[in-house]
Amino acid sequence: MGSLRGTAIAGPWLCVLLLGCSTPTLYSWGHYEERIYASYLAPGAVSPEKQVEELEQDYQKARAENKRMPPGFHAYLGSIYLELGKIDQARDELEAEKAEFPESAAFVDRLLASLRKP
Amino acid sequence: MNARALVSATACALALLTPAGCAKPYDYTNFREHRPRSILVLPPVNESRESDAAWSYQSTVTRPLAERGYYVFPVAVVDRLMKDNGVPPGKVAEILGADAVLYVTLEEYGTKHQVLNAATIVKLRARLVDTRSGLLLWERRFAVQHNSNVGSGGNFGDSTEAAHDLSGRANVRLFGDTDQGLLYGPYHPRYGKE
Repeated sequence: MGSLRGTAIAGPWLCVLLLGCSTPTLYSWGHYEERIYASYLAPGAVSPEKQVEELEQDYQKARAENKRMPPGFHAYLGSIYLELGKIDQARDELEAEKAEFPESAAFVDRLLASLRKP
Repeated sequence: MNARALVSATACALALLTPAGCAKPYDYTNFREHRPRSILVLPPVNESRESDAAWSYQSTVTRPLAERGYYVFPVAVVDRLMKDNGVPPGKVAEILGADAVLYVTLEEYGTKHQVLNAATIVKLRARLVDTRSGLLLWERRFAVQHNSNVGSGGNFGDSTEAAHDLSGRANVRLFGDTDQGLLYGPYHPRYGKE
């Protein structure tokens, strides 16, 4: 019973140690991670239209809070616009990804080139 | 033992299997000489018995890596690009201009149900490789276990779901532990100050 009691006493303190000193995040994550997970586990469960709405809301909320969207967010949103055949919006999102994160340039240029193909 | 203590103990019984306390600091010589700005995470190799482990893990890796200060290529978009264009995994980092590639092997991923408790385990090996030189920048073997007491309303849920929840927290530690995790990336305010 001794070790069990030890765990019971240490448990809450471990929680404090693990969660207590949470630092502010660099990015506003919104639904991005959930969407990535769901896109594989349950593709089609949420329509592209609904996803766009959700992600655009996340973006507005982040802007209001003056926070950045995470790496990949705009590229992902762009890929959903592409799925919907909204080429102009797709291009805008890809350009936004490149502007926010220049590391994505080669990747984004490749995606942009595929947009230009008929 | 009162009920509250039991619940707290259950909720927080995160047992670390790797001996982090007595481990030597990682040798960051290669890392410091080839500091990556961007990381491509390739789909993990799945050695666990959970068929959905690879994608479950893959969708929990972006956030902790990005919050560590790196540009992380969007896993879902890259995955589609590779499939649509038949790009082999060995070529994708070069084509996308990724500075480094993260290779992950999932050794265990899921929940083992025992008589009185259920143990959810995420156990993996990770390697970060510099794209241009092929040098190993960092590697780590890591495991996190979460025990829940069945008697006190522990986790009866889906095995992958439980591992998925644990996986995000496992990655925060995998990349963030002092002397064992990754050095900070360029978007982190502490970049270059370690």
